[in-house]
Amino acid sequence: MKITTVRRINQLFFFALFVWFCIVTTVGEKFWQIRNWPINWILQIDPLVALGTIVSTRKFYGPLHCAIGVVILTIIFGRFFCGWICPFGAIHQFVGYLGNRGKKVAVKIRLNIYRKAQCIKYLILIFFLGMAVFPSLAGTLQTGLLDPIPLVTRSFQLMLLPIFDRGTYLTSVNARYYEFGWLIFTVFATAVLLNLFIPRFYCRFICPTGAFLGIISRFSIWRIGKTKSECINCKMCEKACEGGCEPSGNIKIAECVLCFNCRDDCKHDLIAYQTLPSLAGETQVDVSRRGVVLSFVSGIIAAPATRLSGKVASNWYTGVVRPPGALAEPEFLKRCLKCGQCMRVCPTNVIQPAGLEGGLEGLWSPILNNRIGSSGCQLNCVACGQVCPTSAIRPITLDEKRGLGDFASAGPIKLGTAFVDQGRCLPWSMDKPCIVCQENCPVSPKAIFTKDVFTTVRDSVVSIKQVTENTIEIDRDIPADKFATGDYYVLFEDGSRRKISSNTATSVGISEGKLPAAAAGKIEIQVRLQKPCVDIEKCIGCGVCEHECPVSGKRAIRITAEGETRSTDRRLLL
Amino acid sequence: MTEPNQINSARRQLLIRGAKAAASIAAAVGVARWLYDPKGPGAKNEEVGFLGTSVKGLSDFSVPRKDGQVISIVKGQDRAKTVNKAIELLGGIERFIKPGDVVVIKPNVGFATPPLLGATTHPDVIAAVVKLCYEKKASKVIVTDNSINDPASCFTISGISKAASAAGAQVVMPRDSYFSPLTLEGGSLIKDWPIYCAPFAKANKLIGIAPLKNHHRSVASMTMKNWYGLLGGRRNVFHQDINNIIAELAMLVKPTLVILDGTVTMMTNGPTGGSVSDLKKTNTMIVSCDMVAADAFGCSLLNLKPADLPYLAIAEKAGVGTVDYESLKPLRAEVT
Repeated sequence: MKITTVRRINQLFFFALFVWFCIVTTVGEKFWQIRNWPINWILQIDPLVALGTIVSTRKFYGPLHCAIGVVILTIIFGRFFCGWICPFGAIHQFVGYLGNRGKKVAVKIRLNIYRKAQCIKYLILIFFLGMAVFPSLAGTLQTGLLDPIPLVTRSFQLMLLPIFDRGTYLTSVNARYYEFGWLIFTVFATAVLLNLFIPRFYCRFICPTGAFLGIISRFSIWRIGKTKSECINCKMCEKACEGGCEPSGNIKIAECVLCFNCRDDCKHDLIAYQTLPSLAGETQVDVSRRGVVLSFVSGIIAAPATRLSGKVASNWYTGVVRPPGALAEPEFLKRCLKCGQCMRVCPTNVIQPAGLEGGLEGLWSPILNNRIGSSGCQLNCVACGQVCPTSAIRPITLDEKRGLGDFASAGPIKLGTAFVDQGRCLPWSMDKPCIVCQENCPVSPKAIFTKDVFTTVRDSVVSIKQVTENTIEIDRDIPADKFATGDYYVLFEDGSRRKISSNTATSVGISEGKLPAAAAGKIEIQVRLQKPCVDIEKCIGCGVCEHECPVSGKRAIRITAEGETRSTDRRLLL
Repeated sequence: MTEPNQINSARRQLLIRGAKAAASIAAAVGVARWLYDPKGPGAKNEEVGFLGTSVKGLSDFSVPRKDGQVISIVKGQDRAKTVNKAIELLGGIERFIKPGDVVVIKPNVGFATPPLLGATTHPDVIAAVVKLCYEKKASKVIVTDNSINDPASCFTISGISKAASAAGAQVVMPRDSYFSPLTLEGGSLIKDWPIYCAPFAKANKLIGIAPLKNHHRSVASMTMKNWYGLLGGRRNVFHQDINNIIAELAMLVKPTLVILDGTVTMMTNGPTGGSVSDLKKTNTMIVSCDMVAADAFGCSLLNLKPADLPYLAIAEKAGVGTVDYESLKPLRAEVT
């Protein structure tokens, strides 16, 4: 079998594996649901995930240990990850192949020439590492924006699956929503469509992971190269060159993705994968020292520049409510890859990719939007922390989340606090009974309690005309049947109250008990209101109340991050 | 000078072009005429509701009434035993389920909490009833609810999915497409409102199984409140008139049986509970053809009077059932 065939099978396999892991990131017990599938494996072997978090946190997080294997293999064999494993690379290669299928050989060769601009990806990598390297200068991990594995993961998980799963109910019972998803889709679609102009455009010019692997393949033992310095220079080897690395001449080793097409296409067998350097000469990473310094310094400056918004300080946006177990904001921003796994696995769909709410550096990071999804953050669920590949959301247990067992003294994890918007709340400002929020509060004892009051209904002070048994006839028309709901009462002049059981336009009926002896003069119709109030010591900020509030637009009870456990500067309790 | 054949060719092309132009004009005019809507949209689209075609009501799932066999109350701790005994007292399952029946069981699967917290119908009762239905050769038993929390989580964590599937029932999760707008005749609240209709479309028997819970807004949540799960849309607006919506739901749904599981009663912090300290062992199973009577009895386990629940009187007035359950001569037993 030709080595290129083996490579294609390999690419197909890893692409299929990636899609499979996307599908099984579904909470459930069936074999195609999450169970023990290693859904993060491809993210965990991504060497840039490891490098980025090492640079930003100074630690090598345990579950990422497989990445060291990729690094070692790259040092020995070169960029096999790009040409053989990366699912995003496989998409680019396939689309590039489709887009350039009918073109003349001379055109294809021209498309695959080495371009000086391919050094941009190294500058992007260095810029991102510069942003991450100084925690004291607000270092933040932004590699996930362009790192192909997080990028393709969030594109599949948050965009393609919800689009293609409409109607099959395979990965969710009802349609999923992702508020800032359109930009994720636009980036993905742009990256894929650029292959129609230049094959593997993303890999050649943008990919920071490819750049990192290119740099460490410098000492690779085996490498692609020519076995003779001279040839007839037909350039057939560049017809399908995926890396644009110029195998016909002075090969750019860091650009080679080990596709082996050159070896296949050379009619004279002059190209080999060998321990000798190419006899036509080799060039290592082709990037100027000035460029490296400039992008590194730019990165270092860019990190504090984004913080000037104050969004990670006193100007934190109220809507940035992070999932349970999320680290304090600066630590969180040093680890979050924006891969979207937490948003995908969340059974209620409440975790959403942020826009610019949390500042530029928080783009696509997880925030909770209780108006989307089936039900706030569920009390008995810790799925998001279990799937987070970098522990930006810690893998907490149910006991830790709820403050049970060993965590009883620490208390439950609070995501924020619910605030009643009295101006929008039906009992508080519209004289309508409701308390859906109180009913749905899952905390025991409930974090929402009610203050019960009787309020006189508008235009309802009427005079008694006549009293017969349990019916009071009145002198003025009132809306028939409106007050027979069990929530309305008659207030007599002596201050006593009776529940109304029926009413016509000119009378009200009382079923229970006798009417007071002094039933004369004026009466008032009153409504019994239970006004919801939040006990901030008990509220965990789960958002179920906000989700259920019948005021469907801007909810009358809303969660904001005050009181969240993960930070000290947003605390509210004494 | 133009050659004659060139002129001919040009003429022919003109004729062809002319014919195509005429066809295009005809097509444009035709499409315009076909889709012509001189009035524009009215205030309300009357043909189709916002979710699809409007439904008239739900089928009547009840069986003929037998005086003296309307409600049974069985004391005991073992749910499977008490529910079996209670159904036996009413004439046995054969009175309610005939071979070939398609049975829908509507438990309360509102919350994603484990069975021991009592916020959802206990899986043991569901499993026992599913088994009884299959013993009488029901062709299919469906267990479904439109949960408050995430449905998949509710069905899993409550243990209902597992118990129902193990007993052979089909568990149906709510989907947006399962709701149809419905108007209740004689009602004032359920008007063109999305109701969970699809799972009942092919069924001919319906059994409601509810836990017995305290409820701050409606005072108590029992078999009648259990039908709240049939409401779709942003149903919580109905909390403004909780008693009438519960009564209207009771008018809408005519079940074969309702089962009120008072083995444990949620005395406080309802309807979510969240702690075993909210629960009290009351060791009572009620099976009834009359849900008003079942709920009226249920009040006693919560230390309430039927008059504390305005919806009971409203439903009784609408002819749904009898508040004075003692007048129905409840059949009582105790199993150990």
